[in-house]
Parts: sequence; C-alpha cells; structure tokens
Amino acid sequence: MIKKIYLIGNPNVGKSVVFSRLTGVQVMSSNYPGTTVEISKGYLRLGEERVEVVDLPGTYSLEPSSSAEKVAVSLLNEYPRNEMVVINILDATNLERNLLLTLQLVEAGYPVIVSLNMCDDAGHRGINIDTTKLEKLIGVPVISTCAVTGLGIKLLIERIKEGSPTVKKSLTNEDRWKEIGAIIQQVQSLEHRHHTLREVLEDASVRPLTGLIMAAGIIYASFKIVRFIGETIIARITDPIFSNLYQPVLEKLTLCWQESGFWFHLLIGDLIDGKIDFKQSLGVLTTAPYIEFGMVLPYIVAFYFILSLLEDIGYLPRLAILLDNVLHRLGLHGYAIIPVLLGFGCNVPGILSTRILESKRERFIASTIISIGVPCVPLQAMIFGLLGQFGGFYVGGVYLVLFSLIIILGLVLNRIMKGYSPELLIEIPPYRLPPLATLAKKLYFRIKGFIVEAVPVVIAGVLVINILLYFKLFDFITAIFAPFLKGLFGLPKESIVALVIGFFRKDVAVGMLMPLGLSAKQLFISATLLAISFPCIATFIVLWKELGLKDLIKSTLIMITISVIVGTALNFLIPH
Amino acid sequence: MRKISLVSLEPNRKGRVVEILGGASLNNKLMSMGLYIGKEITKLSHIGLRGPVVIKVGRSILALGHGMASKIMVEIE
Repeated sequence: MIKKIYLIGNPNVGKSVVFSRLTGVQVMSSNYPGTTVEISKGYLRLGEERVEVVDLPGTYSLEPSSSAEKVAVSLLNEYPRNEMVVINILDATNLERNLLLTLQLVEAGYPVIVSLNMCDDAGHRGINIDTTKLEKLIGVPVISTCAVTGLGIKLLIERIKEGSPTVKKSLTNEDRWKEIGAIIQQVQSLEHRHHTLREVLEDASVRPLTGLIMAAGIIYASFKIVRFIGETIIARITDPIFSNLYQPVLEKLTLCWQESGFWFHLLIGDLIDGKIDFKQSLGVLTTAPYIEFGMVLPYIVAFYFILSLLEDIGYLPRLAILLDNVLHRLGLHGYAIIPVLLGFGCNVPGILSTRILESKRERFIASTIISIGVPCVPLQAMIFGLLGQFGGFYVGGVYLVLFSLIIILGLVLNRIMKGYSPELLIEIPPYRLPPLATLAKKLYFRIKGFIVEAVPVVIAGVLVINILLYFKLFDFITAIFAPFLKGLFGLPKESIVALVIGFFRKDVAVGMLMPLGLSAKQLFISATLLAISFPCIATFIVLWKELGLKDLIKSTLIMITISVIVGTALNFLIPH
Repeated sequence: MRKISLVSLEPNRKGRVVEILGGASLNNKLMSMGLYIGKEITKLSHIGLRGPVVIKVGRSILALGHGMASKIMVEIE
C-alpha cells in the first residue's frame, strides 16, 4: 500500500507545478533552479486513501553535493520502499541530462514513475520523444505531462499504483552516461528548426556586451514600471477610496465620540488641524489601514508583478552571471542576486532563499547584507513617503548610503571571515513565457501572504503604541536615549519611539516620524537608521532560524556598530 | 590537437573535455550535471576578465565561475 509519494527531479523541471496540480496546494514556482528551498507537503486522493505528497528540492544526483540535495536524498530513505512511490519529474527539453537521476533511482530500487514534463515546450523546440520505447528501455512507467496546463496529470495519477521496485545492477556514473547516450539515440529525434527570436534573445543575454545592455534596459524598465503601477494604483484607486469613501464615514464616527478620550485616541488618533490626517493621526482605524493599503500595498502589487514576471521568464540566472564578478569580491557568487532581489520585496523570503548558496559563510554574508542594506517594499514606501517631499536628492541619498554599505560590508566580511566562498555553478534555464493565469495566481499568492502577515502586526503595533503613548510609558525610554540620540544623530528624543517601533514593522514608524516635524536632514538620518539598524522582528526570527544564535548575535553586533557609525557620520557630515 | 582550459577557449568554439583538475567533489558535481571527460562542449561566452564562463553541454547551458572554468581542460582541433 502506498503511504507516501515523493516528487524528485533535477532543479527547475517543474516539480512544484506538478506538486500543485497533484495536491491543490499552491507553492511558489519560478523559472530558475532552486526556487524550492523548503519541503512542501500536501495530500492526494488515491481511491479511498489520502496519500501524503512531498515536494523535494531539486537534485542532479543521488550523491548530493549541496545542502538542499542532501535533504532531498535523506528524506527518500525515511519510508520502506514498498510503502512509497517516487515520481521522477523530467524536463523533456533536456532528456539526456535528466536521465542520470532516473537511472540512479531505478538502480537503487525505488518504485519509480517518470513524469516527462514540459512536453509542450519540447514540441515547440522540435524535440520528439518516443515514450513507449523509453518506458521499455528504463523499465518504469513514463507519462508525458505539461504541468502548467495540467495535461497528462490525470493519467499520471492513474498510473501511480504501477510503481514497483525493480532489480537492476548498479553502474558507475561513466557507464550510466554511456547507457543514457544509447537510450537517447533510440528514443529522441530532433527536427531541425531555424533559430527563433527566443533563442536569439537567450543567447544575447549571456554574452558580455549585449547581456549588459539588456540588463541595464531591463532594470531601468523594471524601476519605471514599478513606480508607474504603484503611483497609478494610489492615484486612481486607493487614495480616492480613502478620501471619498472612508474618510466621510470616519468623520461621522468622530462626531459621536468625545475628542481626546481614550478610545478616540486609540482608534482615530490625533486630529491634524481639526481633521483626520491618514498619514499622521496614528489611530488604529486611520493611519494603520492607510499605511498598509494606501501606501505599501500598491507597491507590493507592482513589485511582485515585475519580480514574478522576471522569475517566470527565466531572466534572473542571466543577471546572476553578469554580476558574478562583482559579487565574488563581496564573498558571494552571482547567484546571490536572487536572495537579494527577493529581499527587496520582503527580507524574510530573501533570507530564506540564501539556502541556494552552498556555504555557511556565504549565507552569513548574504543574510547580513540583506538585513542591513536591502530595503523591503514597506521600508521603501516609507522612505519615499518621508523624503519624497524634499525631492529625489534625499531619496536617492538613502539608496546611495545603503548601496555603499552593501559594497563595503561585503568587501570587509570577505576579508575578515575565515574560509572562502565556493564558485558559481548554475544552469541557465531557457526563456519561457508564463501563462497569464500562472502569473496571476503567483501574484495573488504573494499579495495574500503580505496582507495576512503584515496587516495584523501593523494594527496591533499601532494599538500598542497608542496605549503606551496615552499612558506616557515611552517617557522612560526617551529619557534614557535622549542624550545619545541628540549627541550622535542630532535627532529629538521622541524619534527613539519610531526607531524602536521600526523593530516591529518598518512601515509603522512612518506614522511616528511624520508628526514630529523633523527637518529634511533629520528625516534623512532617521530613514537611513531605520533601514540599517535592525530588520523587523519577522526577519530577525528567520535570521535566528537560518544562522543559529551565535551568528545572529554576530550579525546583530554588526548592525548596531554600523548604525552608530553611519548615523553619527551623516549627522556631522551633512550641513544643516 | 591542443589542450587548453575553458578560460582560454575562444567563444563560439567547440572542444572535448579531457581533464578536470579538481578534487573528487568537483568531478562528481560536474559529472551529475552532464559535464564529464569525453563530453563535447561549446563555449558561448566569457563575462569580463575574471568573470564566469558560459558553455553549452548537450542541451543545457551552464555558467561556471572563473576558477572552476580554469580547471576544466578541453582538447581542440
């Protein structure tokens, strides 16, 4: 009886898409090797039974060379062979390379079912595979699938029961490649196709000159599009809703309450010139929803739209090879660009995806760099919100400080940390045009994740701040930090509250800084400090999980040191 | 026949892998990705002076760091 189904395959063959099809559980999938860094589990109905399905990180071989591969292989041996089935997912456009793992699985005696995935793409590229012959040659069931559209998944489920262990003698990898060569000769036929535009672009993006031109164009266009989408949503959708629909309702409410009472203070906050100001009132019903839905959410939508598109097209690994040289000097290699880019959305998935880097040293450097120098979307929305009024010069200044910190920190850590960082070795996926439905689903998934995780924290955060402010409990902390803040950073004592709150969520701090009436220079310093000092609490917990306590402490000490140095330096260097 | 490293191979030229000057772990890793002695490859590009080398092996495109590429020796006509 089958109790467990494992999905295994080379990186980037679409395991996670097959997993979603089988279990209905939505997991993140992209067009680059290493999207899956966590093991996902779901259930599939097989007749009367509910069978657990496990999506394993991609692996090239059963002799693992990275930590993600080790996890995949060790999980395979948790269950007795007669109670499990291994679905080996293959990329039909690259059958030869994929078959090594298949042969290893069959030889090791696992009950294997082969899902020959991406067969539509293989068809487009003029690759024909004789599945019946392949089935005969390797001795296990082979089913053509196209997981993105769902083609062949039903048949795959029907044939899962056919998986049974076979006895085969074990070969060396050299002999396996010989056997694979022979198999390919018999089952695969190639039609000659002229180079398509897609292949020309694939080629151009990995050459130095054309690659750099493309990268510059894509990055520039991405920034422009993110800003355009974000600003459009704010101007056309969220701002009208807040000022035309929500504000009148709130104003009616305020008439019923007596101003300056406890509940009024908690829910509405302070009236600015006798009116509700969504950015400054700091109430649970006013500023809290406005920050999340009116300031941050539009940019979350815009950013993840572009990131998802670039991920699914398969552009990111190409960016990785162009940046490898630079990142190598920072103790990383090109592929670290993926955690960094994810970190610009939210530091949490960014730090989680540092698992695609092989060594502990690289993961430490990447995580620390992300926590200090990579501002997440809510933080960026805040930087724009605070400094936008003073012009692009100040906004750009914060980014310049963060960028310089990434470079300096990387150079220094690479110098002083023991060991060396491994070199880049990645497979560059072909470009794929993601179906719109897939893209929409992924975007929905990410936005939902943001709302579920961020909104409760923001509301709770504003609630707690208001209670503490009402009972004047912050006075104690402000009194302690006042000389420190004033002397080093030139900030008024009230700003410590914002900096402390920033530890919970960066975007709540905006509401705290706005009413203080700070000068451009003071806002610039506080925004920079908020970005570099501590990551938010969610990121902190992930850092702890990923790095362990000792490295977390090390990383935190670096953050504190840098904050003090940078804050002081900015205070003394920038003229009033 | 000449034996040179992937770094010195010119872009758009083909070569056959004859030697991988690295430990067992590098050999195994490359082997499982389909890059092994006897395999024919085409070099696509070389990013910058000390940047990665991009090659085509079978139907896959692989990018290898500069140091790794300098350890892979190929034979050319």
